Amino acid sequence: MGVRLVKGNDAAVIGALYAGCDAYFGYPITPASEIAHTAAKLFPRLGRVFVQAECETASINMVYGAAAAGKLSMTGSSGPGISLMQEGMSFLAASELPCVVVDVVRAGPGLGNIGPEQSDYNQMVKGGGHGNYRNLVLAPASVQEMCDFMIWGFDLAFRYRNPVVILADAVIGQMVEPLVLPERVAPPPDTRAWAVQGTAETRANVVTSIFLDFEVLEALNRRLAEKYARAAADAAAENWRTEDADVVFVAYGVSSRIARSAVDELRRVGVRAGLFRPKTLFPFPGEALNAIARRPGMRLVVAELSDGQFRDEVLMATRFACPVSLLSRMGGNLFSVEDAMAAAQTAAGDVA
Amino acid sequence: MSTHPQSQRRLHAKGFYDEFPRKGGTASRATHYCAGCGHGLLHKLIAEAMHDFGLQDRAILISPVGCAVFGYYYFDCGNVQAAHGRAPAVGAALARCLPEAVVLSYQGDGDLGSIGLNQTLQAANRGERMAVFFVNNAVYGMTGGQMAPTTLAGQKTVTTPNGRDVETTGHPLHLCELINTLPAPVYIERCLLTTPANIQKARRAVRKAMEIQRDRRGYAFVEFLSPCPTNLHLSPLDAAKFVDEEMAREFPPGCLRDRTAEVAARPAPPPLEPLTPADIEAVLDKCVAVPAPPGLDPDFGTIRIKMAGFGGQGVLSYGMMVAGAGLADGRHVSWFPSYGPEQRGGTANCSAVISGSAIGSPVLSHLQVLVAFNQPALDRFARDVEADGLILYDSCLAEKPTTTTARALGVPASRLAIEAGLPKAANTAMLAALACSGACRVASERFSDMLAQTFAGKPALIAANRRVFAAATEWCQANLRPE
Repeated sequence: MGVRLVKGNDAAVIGALYAGCDAYFGYPITPASEIAHTAAKLFPRLGRVFVQAECETASINMVYGAAAAGKLSMTGSSGPGISLMQEGMSFLAASELPCVVVDVVRAGPGLGNIGPEQSDYNQMVKGGGHGNYRNLVLAPASVQEMCDFMIWGFDLAFRYRNPVVILADAVIGQMVEPLVLPERVAPPPDTRAWAVQGTAETRANVVTSIFLDFEVLEALNRRLAEKYARAAADAAAENWRTEDADVVFVAYGVSSRIARSAVDELRRVGVRAGLFRPKTLFPFPGEALNAIARRPGMRLVVAELSDGQFRDEVLMATRFACPVSLLSRMGGNLFSVEDAMAAAQTAAGDVA
Repeated sequence: MSTHPQSQRRLHAKGFYDEFPRKGGTASRATHYCAGCGHGLLHKLIAEAMHDFGLQDRAILISPVGCAVFGYYYFDCGNVQAAHGRAPAVGAALARCLPEAVVLSYQGDGDLGSIGLNQTLQAANRGERMAVFFVNNAVYGMTGGQMAPTTLAGQKTVTTPNGRDVETTGHPLHLCELINTLPAPVYIERCLLTTPANIQKARRAVRKAMEIQRDRRGYAFVEFLSPCPTNLHLSPLDAAKFVDEEMAREFPPGCLRDRTAEVAARPAPPPLEPLTPADIEAVLDKCVAVPAPPGLDPDFGTIRIKMAGFGGQGVLSYGMMVAGAGLADGRHVSWFPSYGPEQRGGTANCSAVISGSAIGSPVLSHLQVLVAFNQPALDRFARDVEADGLILYDSCLAEKPTTTTARALGVPASRLAIEAGLPKAANTAMLAALACSGACRVASERFSDMLAQTFAGKPALIAANRRVFAAATEWCQANLRPE
């Protein structure tokens, strides 16, 4: 019990265990590898399954197999590995199978480097695989959330029978912070109605995503769309000093931490700044953001480690209700608190 | 996709559904296979064996991508359809998560030998507990007659219109022989789905693979040379003749391996109990732990500390001890390493933040404190230290910096460690120096307490490090003027 000093990647494994995770399948990649290291150490000791897969394609299809069995399964990876998983993510979503995929985002495109970025936003939030499907995407901004969001993620995954993504970044994955261990282990969900478990009870169940009949497949697409609309109820965000703010940062993950420091510094110099931090990137807490965007004179500053991928979502969600500017760094760089302050001051000075 | 409704065949066998409503359409007892195709026959052999051994409740059949994609229309057992080539990965997870289940992977030549070859070999090499039924008909069926990895030299397909040229398209792949190079598989056999005598051999092979699964003995691989009249553009009889004569010449039938008798039947382990918090805590690493989370004390401010040196000098663990001391003193803390190739490239650095309130970025640009374990660390980071900041450096390994207004204190950490009998513990001497400096506004004993936590796994080192810490503290008190 108590509070421990834990690395973000390790916290994801600890959270998975408290979520009741049965199986880990993964292939090493910096900066996500500690997830595999820690799962390799802990899962077998608790009788849980750990397999180092031959590649990320195998990882995600092992996750598919375990999910088809109604088990709680996960994998962890980063940019290039996640790209390889996209076909499997589409199959999981189409077959309505639950799982949790942790993406500790590194800098891209291509092999890029192992520094932090948030440039997997589009492939994870908008759906990087083929077809009409969405991942439910959670964005942790601390070691504590790396742990807690695993529990939340598995709950969402099984409630909606859909893949859940923990979209972290290299800083959140690599940093160490105090972690308060969860108090309970989540009870296992009852999956017998749909899972294929090699039992008399589940013998009539089938997991598949091929539907030759156009009407049947369209109906699946409509049903998925309804499910994603329903998921809006689970959208969540944190507001930091937004009540009276004139200029509000919109940021998630490590970007939100820097923006939060900038908000406090800006307040010290008399700028009424705030931070809107989505905890869910899909469903996106668009209504909550809109309530801020529609205030007279509001200026939003989207701060992200990608080239406006997230800004585009903010523009769509707020439907151009107020000016939106972009602060971005890429290639493994972070923007500084001073950069963020300057961006907010520029945006605020723009107020007529 | 072509399903040739005019030539659908009827299947009546044990182990199938009575009717095939998943298929839809009006012919509720007809399969989607072409006349003369080997799939229907093999389906029947598998379903019958599954039934005869009483395994329908335990069995999970994995349908591939290819002509057998709709295996779940027919087999009366649990069914999972997999992405192209990935059945072995899916099957591995099913087998590992469901100890009682009998996992049957049904795959064609493109699925198993081309797009999924890596998964095929890796699952075989791990000896996954599954039976793989591999249908080799030397051509792609579902997508319309393209070259397969097993297409014969000179064989015409729609993508080898002049016949397969082995110079440019490679040679027919021998999957049984490839798998036979691996130590883990229990049983490997190649059969033909042609004459009654051959079908009897195939039936025996299917049943053997099924028994191996029933008894949880391991991995079984059975290849079936199978006629595809539609895509070979042959009559069913001529297609069977092609298999018997030309394919069998390239792919000799027979049993390549049978270690069934050498491998014990393995009872399934008991089902797992749900975990409790106590179970999980028992396996977690021993690490810095305090009873309560840090409180809010904005007046404390924020102290940003960087430590840097050679890999192997204990720089990263030094940073963890600094963060741990801060946490033990009730402060918010963070630690962030240099990671990746840099860890192995000779330099190492990390950042620690100790704060009275929630910490923003754990990655630092402006420093209040730099702890430099060597000259390159000083050269690289001294300029980031704020004018009223502090630089501690190992004066045995680095020169006093001249380009900064920050206070720079040299500590002969390497010498102090050697004199105290633990030459590798210069970082402990530097920890004592940091504690003495007061720069972290953390009680000195919090730092020395970290030694016991850090070396909890090597108790002999705790006392030795404490000696270094004490010696360095004494040196600092005598030689460093108070702030």
